[in-house]
Amino acid sequence: MKPPKFRYHAPSSLDEALDLLATYGDDAVVLSGGQSLIPMLNLRLARPAEVVDIARIDGLGYVEAGECSVSVGALVTHRKMETDPEVARLLPMAREAAGLIGFRAIRNRGTVGGSVAHADPSAEWPAVLLALDGSVEMRSSSGVRQVDASDFFKSVFTTARRPDEIVSSVRFGSRFAGNWGFSEFQRRTGDFAVVVAAVACADSSDRSGETRVALAGVADRPVRCAEAEAALADASDPRAAAEAARDAFDPAGDAHGSTAYRKQLVYAQVLRAATQALTRRAGRRPDG
Amino acid sequence: MEVNGRAVTTEVDGRMLLSDFLRGVIGLTGTHVGCEHGYCGSCTVLIDGASARSCLMLAAQANGSMVSTVEGLADGEQLSIVQQAFKSCHGLQCGFCTPGLLMAVSEMAAETASSPSRDLIREQLAGNLCRCTGYHQIVDAVEQALGSTSRGPR
Repeated sequence: MKPPKFRYHAPSSLDEALDLLATYGDDAVVLSGGQSLIPMLNLRLARPAEVVDIARIDGLGYVEAGECSVSVGALVTHRKMETDPEVARLLPMAREAAGLIGFRAIRNRGTVGGSVAHADPSAEWPAVLLALDGSVEMRSSSGVRQVDASDFFKSVFTTARRPDEIVSSVRFGSRFAGNWGFSEFQRRTGDFAVVVAAVACADSSDRSGETRVALAGVADRPVRCAEAEAALADASDPRAAAEAARDAFDPAGDAHGSTAYRKQLVYAQVLRAATQALTRRAGRRPDG
Repeated sequence: MEVNGRAVTTEVDGRMLLSDFLRGVIGLTGTHVGCEHGYCGSCTVLIDGASARSCLMLAAQANGSMVSTVEGLADGEQLSIVQQAFKSCHGLQCGFCTPGLLMAVSEMAAETASSPSRDLIREQLAGNLCRCTGYHQIVDAVEQALGSTSRGPR
């Protein structure tokens, strides 16, 4: 297996990269860590004419804490998210999710920005972004814009990003980041998850009762489940939330599991993630 | 780039994979190519000390990096600690996956301070498939190489 022919560009500045994208539009793809794009090239699922490697651009590798959010540059690797002490402190859900992505060698190279732009419907980062009220920053030669995660992911491998834009950073909300739960099911360690559940909720003292239940692997994009959120907000009942989530989706069956099996997985992952979140909110450590 | 301490300067096609560059252009055939889409781990090398799939990298992406392959582990006839442990624990049979495993374990050896549990070793090596050994002797070898004293349950 060899990638198809393409022209390789390695711009050293963001402006240079954006000029290339403005020139080539749909004919160009952005390469960062390459852990999704290169397999697609090897399998010839992608046949771009131009490949723009952004890995040599300085200034996209930061983790920066704001007042109630954390910004992560597009080139930050999964491995950095897994090991960075600031991430562990401010976004423990992100640290947990990062460690479950692929294998060690994949995490060393794969990037947060690349994963978000790729938008695999069962990937971890999109679900975490949704659960933490995240947003995606994109730049083009005509400017910069910020799109909420809930508007960014459109369908399988399809996002709000225009061909002339680069995902330059993602922002995770840290408001509820302490009361979190995360659970996913992989058939083998390192496989893509079949179902991912990410839960975050406001402190008990916060009367808003705001709750987020985000799922990946149940639809063509990561989704929040309003029914499960209501069950958690109203009654703090993880079992009711898990039942609500199970009943809310009919994920398509395939070789990795029937619809009924996937619904049962949704139940199990939401139950675990919601129980963890409520346990942490009560100031205790979840089991296991 | 620098490969096993030796500077390599050449022009390649944009689409050339690092694995093909190592094997076909500079003749380092110790790096094995298995699945070619990132699953099997046979082609694992170190890029600036961090493990990477050489089949999931363009050679051009390694421009300016230090690449370490299995050929660089031994010092002449003297095997590295990791290689010696694989030899003495029979951590290989056909040897196809071995270069990738040796590189992944070398990464662990460079950063692991205390002796890892067998569970942790298995987790760390989940991305390297071996179809011969059933993994028991591989985990034995890693325990020996990383200085684990207590033998956990197999």
